[in-house]
Amino acid sequence: MPDELLTRSGAAGDTGQEAGRPVIELADVCRDFPSQPPVRALAHVSLQVGRGDYLAIVGPSGSGKSTLLNVLGLLDRPTSGHYRLDGTETTTLREKHRTRLRGERIGFVFQSFHLLPHRSVVENVMLAEIYTAQPRAGRRGRALAALERVGLTHRVDFPPGRLSGGERQRAAIARALLGGPSLLLCDEPTGNLDSRNTEAVLGLFDELRAQGMTIVVITHEQEVSERAGRRVRITDGTLLEE
Amino acid sequence: MDVRDLIGEAVAGMLARPVRSALTTLGTVLGITTLVVTLGVAATAGNQIVGRFDELVATAITVEVPETEHVPLVEWDAVDRVTRLRGVVSAAALAEDKDQANLSVRSNDLVDPARVTTQRLTVLAASTGLPEAVRGRMVLGRFYDAGHVRRGDRVAVIGDEAARMLGVTRLDAAPAIFIAGRAYTVIGVLGDVRRERNLRSAVFVPPTAGRRFGLRDVSRVLVNTDLGAAELIARQAPAALSPGNGDMLQVVAPPSPTRARDQAQEDVNALFLILGLVSLLVGAVGIANVTLVTVMERVAEIGLRRSLGAARRHVAAQFLLESTLIGLTGGVVGASVGVVAVVAVSAAKEWTPLLDVRLAVAAPVAGALVGLLAGLYPAMRAARMEPVDALR
Repeated sequence: MPDELLTRSGAAGDTGQEAGRPVIELADVCRDFPSQPPVRALAHVSLQVGRGDYLAIVGPSGSGKSTLLNVLGLLDRPTSGHYRLDGTETTTLREKHRTRLRGERIGFVFQSFHLLPHRSVVENVMLAEIYTAQPRAGRRGRALAALERVGLTHRVDFPPGRLSGGERQRAAIARALLGGPSLLLCDEPTGNLDSRNTEAVLGLFDELRAQGMTIVVITHEQEVSERAGRRVRITDGTLLEE
Repeated sequence: MDVRDLIGEAVAGMLARPVRSALTTLGTVLGITTLVVTLGVAATAGNQIVGRFDELVATAITVEVPETEHVPLVEWDAVDRVTRLRGVVSAAALAEDKDQANLSVRSNDLVDPARVTTQRLTVLAASTGLPEAVRGRMVLGRFYDAGHVRRGDRVAVIGDEAARMLGVTRLDAAPAIFIAGRAYTVIGVLGDVRRERNLRSAVFVPPTAGRRFGLRDVSRVLVNTDLGAAELIARQAPAALSPGNGDMLQVVAPPSPTRARDQAQEDVNALFLILGLVSLLVGAVGIANVTLVTVMERVAEIGLRRSLGAARRHVAAQFLLESTLIGLTGGVVGASVGVVAVVAVSAAKEWTPLLDVRLAVAAPVAGALVGLLAGLYPAMRAARMEPVDALR
């Protein structure tokens, strides 16, 4: 059953990607860590993110932002509750199906870019497809198209070390966009950027949102959260809509 | 994941740190080189040893004649009967006194306090075919003949080492030596002895003369045969030498050439094989160590790959393939260096290089296998990493 769901997901007209259906549906999600004393990082979190939404999750350090991101990105499992991504219930999925779902539906953007230093920009972008079912043929062309989307065609064969911070983050965004994910999950995407590059990346998010991309940004920067159409605040594992 | 992508990622991972990869490969290179060189040189050297075995030992038979109280088991003329056997090249009978191995031999009868003129040397009575039987040649003069034997002439032939010890350098003045106080004319010096090399320091007298020192009965017969005839002659010689008491003689025949070859190679191989395997083990530990360090350094990359949809097996496969490729590279380089080294050693020694083709093929495979085994633990560590921890 999950295999069928995943196989169908990539095709156009997918039932899971039907207009109007939320991309993210969190229902009463808790995440406990078995320490002494036990820590409840997420407490009965419920959240819906619709297709094309631009959501900012804000909160102080230790509030549960990263745990929420890990749950949303299928990097971690909630202790209880339900999480449906694109209509697929993920909490009951086996590890390999979660991994595949993560590769095909979620594009990650990290604060520290995570670009492989010994590969060119386009090779870094192409990396996003090697664990998916996408055919090898035409991969470079698709990567170049993603780079064009972020305005980085003039740096295609550069190593990441020769790029500015903003360019590196744009390369990372191009990688996240390859394969057409349902969700762009960004963890402090401007945390390592100066104000000019921050503006460039935020401008890119605006463009992507205008194209219908669902974006969830975790940030503690006011400037970033203000650009999002919707904001939620997390405090001590509890989510509050602002 | 496409296999081509997996190979591409592994190769890229290996080439990302070329110096480190090269240094890691060195361990396997050394191990495989040692293995190929040792096995190659062992096979080549073994072949040389066998060659010498064939030439010197495989055709040499010694018949030991036990002492008897009454009638001697082997008469002096029995040697003629042995030489008539098909396959016998030469033969000689010797009489040695086991109780009185060395006799006092002097080069002159004067007492010269400035020189050591008296030596204690082995004195043997030998039949006339001795030079051929010990595969030597007369470096000076001649060996005694049937006439000397028949007449009981007081002549002697000395080994080249004995000649040096006694100071005999020329024979034109017919020098004499004194054996147990009796003078004997030295008529020849026997040298270049290739069989029974201890006879170089011995003194030989005709059987008729040897009786004076108690060297009456034949105690040993040396027989040389054609190649391949040794086993047959070893069976026939006792009957020829002592028709009635052949079974009392002890025949020391050479080991079978095949067995000798195998034994020689096995001895050499076992030793060097252990050496090569130890080197290979050191190489494997090196790969495991460096791969583990690499895994720890690439935690963020592992996290990224997991976020991009890589399953645990993809991560494990990549690191395993990287270590296998390092091992394979080491194997290929090691095998090449090893083959060149075997050829070089053979050229220097003027040997014919002998190398099993299977070894040249198996060596890279062994290298790859070493890399694979060495990468198991690091790959497992990488695969077990939780993406959340790896991305932290």
